[in-house]
Amino acid sequence: MLKSFSLEPSRIALNLAVLFIITLWTLPTAGLLISSLRDKNDIAASGWWTALASADRNQVGRMKGKADQVEKDGKFVISGNLFEGQDAVSGKVSAFGSKVQAPEANAAGSTVDLEGGQTLNVNVDGSYVLTSPTAFDNERGSRVFFISSQPPRFTTENYETVLFSEGIGRSFVNSLTVTIPATIIPILIAAFAAYALAWMKLPFRGLIIAIIVGLLVVPLQMSLIPLLKLYNAAGTFMGVPSKTYLGIWLAHTGFGLPFAIYLLRSYIAGLPKDLIESAQIDGANDFKIFRRIVLPLTFPALASFAIFQFLWVWNDLLVAIVFLGSGPDQLVLTGKLNALLGSRGGNWEILTASAFVTIIVPLTVFFSLQRYFVRGLLAGSVKGG
Amino acid sequence: MTAQIIYAFITVVLGVGGCFGYFYGSNWLLDRIFPANASNDASAVRNLRIQANTRPWLFLGPALILLSLYLIFPVIQTFWLSFHDRAGNKFVGFANYAWAFSDDEFRLSIFNNILWLAVVPALCTLMGLVIAVLTDRLWWGNLAKSLIFMPLAISFVGASVIWKFVYDYRGEGQEQIGILNAVVGYFGLSPQVWIALPFWNNFFLMAILVWIQTGFATVILAAALRGIPEDTLEAATIDGAGPFKIFYRIMVPQIYGTILVVWTTITVLVLKIFDIVLTMTNSQWDTTVLANLMFDWMFRGGGDFGRGAAIAIVIMVAVLPIMIWNIRQANKEQGGH
Amino acid sequence: MADIKLTNLNKSYGAVQILKDINLDIKSGEFMVFVGPSGCGKSTLLRSISGLDSVTSGTLEIDHAVVNEVPPSKRGIAMVFQSYALYPHMSVFENIGFALENQGLSRAEIKKKVEAVGEMLQLTSYLTRLPKALSGGQRQRVAIGRAIVRGAKVFLFDEPLSNLDAALRVQMRMEIAKLKRDLPNTTMIYVTHDQVEAMTMADRIVVLKAGVVQQVGTPMELYERPNSVFVAGFIGSPKMNFIAGTPAKGLKAKTIGVRPEHFEFSTAKTDIAGTVDYTEILGSDSFLYVTTPSGMLTVRQPGRTEIKTGQKLNLKPIAQHVHRFGDDDMRLAN
Repeated sequence: MLKSFSLEPSRIALNLAVLFIITLWTLPTAGLLISSLRDKNDIAASGWWTALASADRNQVGRMKGKADQVEKDGKFVISGNLFEGQDAVSGKVSAFGSKVQAPEANAAGSTVDLEGGQTLNVNVDGSYVLTSPTAFDNERGSRVFFISSQPPRFTTENYETVLFSEGIGRSFVNSLTVTIPATIIPILIAAFAAYALAWMKLPFRGLIIAIIVGLLVVPLQMSLIPLLKLYNAAGTFMGVPSKTYLGIWLAHTGFGLPFAIYLLRSYIAGLPKDLIESAQIDGANDFKIFRRIVLPLTFPALASFAIFQFLWVWNDLLVAIVFLGSGPDQLVLTGKLNALLGSRGGNWEILTASAFVTIIVPLTVFFSLQRYFVRGLLAGSVKGG
Repeated sequence: MTAQIIYAFITVVLGVGGCFGYFYGSNWLLDRIFPANASNDASAVRNLRIQANTRPWLFLGPALILLSLYLIFPVIQTFWLSFHDRAGNKFVGFANYAWAFSDDEFRLSIFNNILWLAVVPALCTLMGLVIAVLTDRLWWGNLAKSLIFMPLAISFVGASVIWKFVYDYRGEGQEQIGILNAVVGYFGLSPQVWIALPFWNNFFLMAILVWIQTGFATVILAAALRGIPEDTLEAATIDGAGPFKIFYRIMVPQIYGTILVVWTTITVLVLKIFDIVLTMTNSQWDTTVLANLMFDWMFRGGGDFGRGAAIAIVIMVAVLPIMIWNIRQANKEQGGH
Repeated sequence: MADIKLTNLNKSYGAVQILKDINLDIKSGEFMVFVGPSGCGKSTLLRSISGLDSVTSGTLEIDHAVVNEVPPSKRGIAMVFQSYALYPHMSVFENIGFALENQGLSRAEIKKKVEAVGEMLQLTSYLTRLPKALSGGQRQRVAIGRAIVRGAKVFLFDEPLSNLDAALRVQMRMEIAKLKRDLPNTTMIYVTHDQVEAMTMADRIVVLKAGVVQQVGTPMELYERPNSVFVAGFIGSPKMNFIAGTPAKGLKAKTIGVRPEHFEFSTAKTDIAGTVDYTEILGSDSFLYVTTPSGMLTVRQPGRTEIKTGQKLNLKPIAQHVHRFGDDDMRLAN
C-alpha cells in the first residue's frame, strides 16, 4: 500500500529512520539480555554494550616464589603462567610491566631487564619466564602488571544462580500455578455467559449486557480493600488461610470477566444465525450447540482473549501482592522480582537474569501467537488496562 | 522443587477440572432430571421447555456471581467506605474528600497524573502514527512493528528492571554501566541520578510507559491505515497532493476515529498507572500518582481505608466518562453491537 | 405422511403484525411454494412452521397434532437454509450425521445412513471434506442430505437457490424437482421471492403480501386467473400491463390487466395507441416498450421484431385473455 506516493530517493532515509527507531526500542531489552549472560564482575565493571567487543583490561598476576625455582645453565629460573591458579581473568596479554603505574611498558613476547640482572619474559598466552643470576630468596613471587584483552565471554552462571539459589525457579512454578487456571477458568465462564447473552432467550438480557459493559470502567485497585476484608472474613469464618491459589484464580477471573464477556459476546453474536438454528432443528440442545458448534468456531476469539488474560495475569504484580502470600510457596515471579529490586538492587547479575526469566514466557507467547494477540487488540481496544 | 511442581500440577488440575465439572455436571443433571427423550411426547415437550428456561442461568450463573462479588460489591463498598473513618466504623460525610483536596501529597499526585496525561497519550499516539506510516512502506515493516510491539508483553516489573538498568548511576569518574549516563558522559556532561531528579524524574518514568504503549498505538493505527481505500490516496496523488499533504489531509481524517480510540485507551491506562511508579521509585522523589497514593493509604502505615477509598472514587470518576466515550466510539468504529 | 394445517395463525413482534390470520391446508406429499416480495412474511411463516419462531395465536398442526409448543427438533421437520448453514468445522459426513448423533444412534447406524444418503446425492467421494472445499452445488446437496438423512416428514426450504449463480440455479432447480420425485411422501415447503422458481417447481403456490395470504393455487391457476391486481402483477415475467381509464371503463372494470404476449396490432386506431419508445431483442422474444396515454406498456413479440423505435402502434388486447379488476383491485367475475 501507499506505493503511490513513495518517493524513491527517500527510501534509504526511510529505512534508516525505521532502523533507528527500532534500535532505540530494542536497546533496553537487549541490554538486559546481554547483561544477564555476562560474568557478574564484568557487569559491574563495564557497560553491556562493550561485551561484544574484546575488552582490554588491566590485571595483575603474581609469579611463583623461591620454592619453584630451577637452576639451569648457572641461572635460576622461575616459569609459569599468569592466568593459572590466580585471580586474573584469562585472555590475551598485550603488554606487561613490573610497575603498577605502567602495565603497558613492554609489548608481550619481549624480554625486559629488571633490577639485579634479572630478566622477565611474558608471552601472549600469559606464560612467563623469570631468570636471575642469583638464587631467588623471596617466599612469594613478585607481581607483574599486564594488559590483557578479553574475548567476549558469556556464561549461564547467573541463570543457574537465580533459578536454584535465589528462588526464581520456585516462583516460576508459582506463577504458572496462578496463571494457567486464571486463564482457563475465565475463558470457560465467559464463553458460556457470552453464548447465553448472544443466543439464548432469557429475561433482562439487554440489562445484563449493559451492566457487564459498564463494569469495564471499574479500576482494579478499587476492588482490593473490600475484597481483602471479605477474604479475611471468609478465611476466619471457615478456618482456612485467606491467601490461597483458589482466591487469586477467582479474583483474576472476576476482574477479567467483563472484558472477556464483552469480547466473546460480540464474536459469538456475529456467528451466522442459520448455523445455530440448523443445529436446533438437528435436535441439539444449547449445551451441545455450545460445545460442538459455537466453541470450535469461536476459537480465534478464545485464543486472543486467552493470550490477553495470560499476559495480564503473568505480568500482574498488584493482585498477587494482595491476594497471595509472600512465602516461597506462593510468591510469584513479578513479586519475587520486585522483592529482589529492593534487596538486591545493586546485584545486576541477579536482577537481569531474574527479569529475563520473568519475561521469557510472555515473549514466547507473544511471538508465537502474535496474530491472535493483534486481532484481540483490535477487537478489544476498549479495555484500557 | 519437584514436590512443588507436583503440588502445583494437582492444584491446577483441580481448579480447572472443577470449572469444567460444574458446566458438564450441571447440564448433565438438567438433561437427566428433565429428559428430552421422555416416554411420551407431551412430557418430552414439557421437559424441553423447562430445560430452555433453566439452561441460560446455568450458563450465566458463575459469571453473574463472580461479577457481583468481585466488581459490583467492591464498587458499592468502596463508595460506602469513602464516607467513613479510617477503620470504616464512623460516618464522616465528605471529610475524606475534604482532606484529600487539601492534602499536599494528593495535590502532587493530581499534578503528576495530569503531567502523565498530557504527555504519554499524545506521545504514544504520535509515535505510533509515525511508525505505522513509516513501516507501512517497508517490506520488513511487520518485523519492525513486532519489535516495537514487543514491550507490551513485558510486565511492568520486568520493564522497571530493564529501565533501572538504563538509568543506572555511578559516581562521577567511575565507568558508567547505565547506557543513558554513558551517552551523557560521551558528550562530556556529568552523570545524573535520573529517577531522583525532582519533577524531571516523572518524564523518565513516562518514557517507560511510552516505550510499552507505542506498540499498541502502532498496531491499531497500522490496521486502520490499511483500511483506508487506496483509491482515495491515488485520487489525491492525481489531484497533485504531496506525501505530507496526503498524510494530514487524506489519511489522518479517515482514521481520526481510531486515533481518538487509541488516545483515550491510553488515557484510561495512564489514569490507573500504578506499577511503574511502585517499582521504579515507590513514590519517592515526588513521583507519586493517584493509584499509588491510594495504595499507600490502604496498605501502608496502619492504613486508612476511608481516605484510600475516597482516592479510589476520585480515580473512578475521572476514568468513567472517558471510558464510556471510548466504548461508544469503538462500537461506532466497528459498526457493531 | 404429514398434512400441515394452519388455522387463524397470527404472529406479531410487539405492535407489528407480521402474519395475519393465515389459514392453510397443505396436503401430505405436496410441494408448496410460498412466494411474495421481501418483507411479506413468507420466511416468518416458514419459521413458524419449523418452530424457530413461535406464533402469537392460532393453531399449527402437523399430522393432525397441534405443535404450537413443540420445539423444532420434535416436529419431524428438516430445513434447508438460504446459507445452507453447513457447520464449517465438520466434514460432510459429520454434517449429515449430526442430527443422528443427537438422536443417540450408534456409530454403525449413523455410518450406514450417512453413506446411503451420500450415495443418493453423489457425495460419496466428498464425505471426508470440509464444506469450504466444496462447490456451491455440492454444498446445496449436503444441506439437502442433512434433511434427507433424518427421514423427516416435512422439508422446509428457505430460499435455497438465491446464493447460486444463474446456471447453477437452473441445475439445482432440477435436482430439487428430482428429489421431490424420489420422496413422494415428503411434504415440502419452499420459500422464494423468485416467481420463476415458484412457477416451475410448485404443486401449489401461496402468494403472500404484508402477512396476508393473497391467493393459493396451482401455478397455472395463478397465471390464468389471478384474483387480485397484486397476484396478477407478481406472477409472470415481464409483468402484466395494467390499464386504467377509458379502455377499462369500456369493459366495466376499474383496471384491466393484459400480459405482454396478449396484445394484437391493429391497423385501425384503437383506444390503446402509442409510440414505441424502446425495443429489446432477445432472440427468442422481443419486447416493445410503448408509451401510451395509459402509461408505458410492454408488448412481447415472438422472435425478432421488425418494429422500430419511434413507430406508432395501435394495440388491442386479445379479448379472452383480459383480466378485469374492480374498485377493490380484486378480480371481477367474467
